[in-house]
Amino acid sequence: MIYHDLVIIGGGPAGLSAAVAAKESGLDDILIIERDYVLGGILNQCIHNGFGLHTFKEELTGPEYASRYIAMVKQLEIPYQLNSTVLDINKEKEITVVSSENGLETIKAKAIILAMGCRERPRGALNIPGLRPAGIYTAGTAQRLVNIEGHMVGKEVVILGSGDIGLIMARRMTLEGAKVKVVAELMPYSGGLKRNIVQCLNDFDIPLKLSHTVINIDGKKRVTGITLAEVGPDRKPIPGTEEYYSCDTLLLSCGLIPENELTKQIGASMNPVTSGPMVNDRLETDVEGIFACGNVLHVHDLVDYVSEEAALAGKNAAEYIVNEKAMTDEKETNVIKLKAENGVCYTVPQSIETSTMADKLTVRFRVADVFENRSICVYYDGKRISKKKKRVLAPGEMEQVVLLKTSLEEYPDLKEIVIRTEEES
Amino acid sequence: MEMRELTCIGCPLGCSLTVTMEEQTITVTGNTCSRGEAYAKKEVTDPTRIVTSSVKVEGGVIAKASVKTSSDIPKGKIFECMKEIRACVVKAPVRIGDVVIANCAGTGVSVVATKDVECL
Repeated sequence: MIYHDLVIIGGGPAGLSAAVAAKESGLDDILIIERDYVLGGILNQCIHNGFGLHTFKEELTGPEYASRYIAMVKQLEIPYQLNSTVLDINKEKEITVVSSENGLETIKAKAIILAMGCRERPRGALNIPGLRPAGIYTAGTAQRLVNIEGHMVGKEVVILGSGDIGLIMARRMTLEGAKVKVVAELMPYSGGLKRNIVQCLNDFDIPLKLSHTVINIDGKKRVTGITLAEVGPDRKPIPGTEEYYSCDTLLLSCGLIPENELTKQIGASMNPVTSGPMVNDRLETDVEGIFACGNVLHVHDLVDYVSEEAALAGKNAAEYIVNEKAMTDEKETNVIKLKAENGVCYTVPQSIETSTMADKLTVRFRVADVFENRSICVYYDGKRISKKKKRVLAPGEMEQVVLLKTSLEEYPDLKEIVIRTEEES
Repeated sequence: MEMRELTCIGCPLGCSLTVTMEEQTITVTGNTCSRGEAYAKKEVTDPTRIVTSSVKVEGGVIAKASVKTSSDIPKGKIFECMKEIRACVVKAPVRIGDVVIANCAGTGVSVVATKDVECL
């Protein structure tokens, strides 16, 4: 058995930022476990720019953003183990990890930070009818093949789903000489950022068809074409609206799912809306000493927010290890539940423990639909505490409210905080 | 008189802008703030973009090194620029900031590496 104070599962943007923050909080014995041959995670293939405006006040590409954090990890001499896959974690914080170099190992940690990121929703989870030829890729797989491995995945492309990766890949394929015929989106609004619709689709005259989906895939060995149809409010195809597009490639950008197999093995409680674990204000799951951050907790829109959230998990995990005794002794804490309501899908965290709460807590959430002229309201046990007017709210953009400890202290018996949207009259 | 419809990218609001060009005068309507007006005026007179892509690497641990134009280039030059980027081959090791193409497509702007690629 190998022993470490803090083990971080995943060396992407969340894991790196958590490691830096833990080290800077005074913790020395840290290990990052990464399954790829390099640190940086998905940023290594996100070669477009637009990263880091909040964190570094400049516009960086994904690999550049990753390299800044990798440099910090190296400068702080934080150990990391590459090419290593974690197979299992149990409640005793014993981590089973396998690698070609070391074979099977068990590492026992005092605290663990889960930072495994997320995965794309594959064709199998989308229930698209039709044949199963080659030429169907998730957008992120195509991104990796084109940007890192140097394989062009097709010449005539249709993209299903208008999430940011789909939009980015529409531009990328066009720049590499492919013809992107159309981007179809099931919902009546795009799941991507507006700037990506302008810069990735409009710049290249690529049509975006909202409320449309793929109803058939043609081709025996390779995709030869797909059929699109308009969908009604029930998201079912409308007969008579079918359109055929000949193409050799179909890219899928239909959502991301937090990768929580390990989290479930530990036995942590899960949130069915985020598909991530339930956490308190310290980003600790309901298994003591196991923290979560980044896209494994809930899918983010900007990496800058991942770094910020992960830094908090890193700092809290370090404090947990240093003050282990003190914290287990102090059980006099009031637990406040956070509830999402009326257009707010979920909140992260889902609960606050007043005894350990920081002076300021950022609660992040997403809304369920595109809303105009609504307010984001915060209620303490039914009493409205704040109201912030928003001209536009969209599911593609993460929202946040900041709760102050001083404000919560005015309500010592507080049981529930509700965050909801309300229409402006 | 020429009119163009644009979507502002200044913030998540994404205002629909109408730009009217009459001789030397440009009028913008539909914007909520001054950023929308500035964006629209630049977009109709001198639209520019940063181009990001990747170039082939010989002898590297991976096949491609990501690159970007070191500043924004005229929108009309994007495909000329891409032609040079697609023809470009560099040798490992590659370091962030290395100039892989100087004065790309006559824009006066260099294409620089955005990723370190070690030797195989």
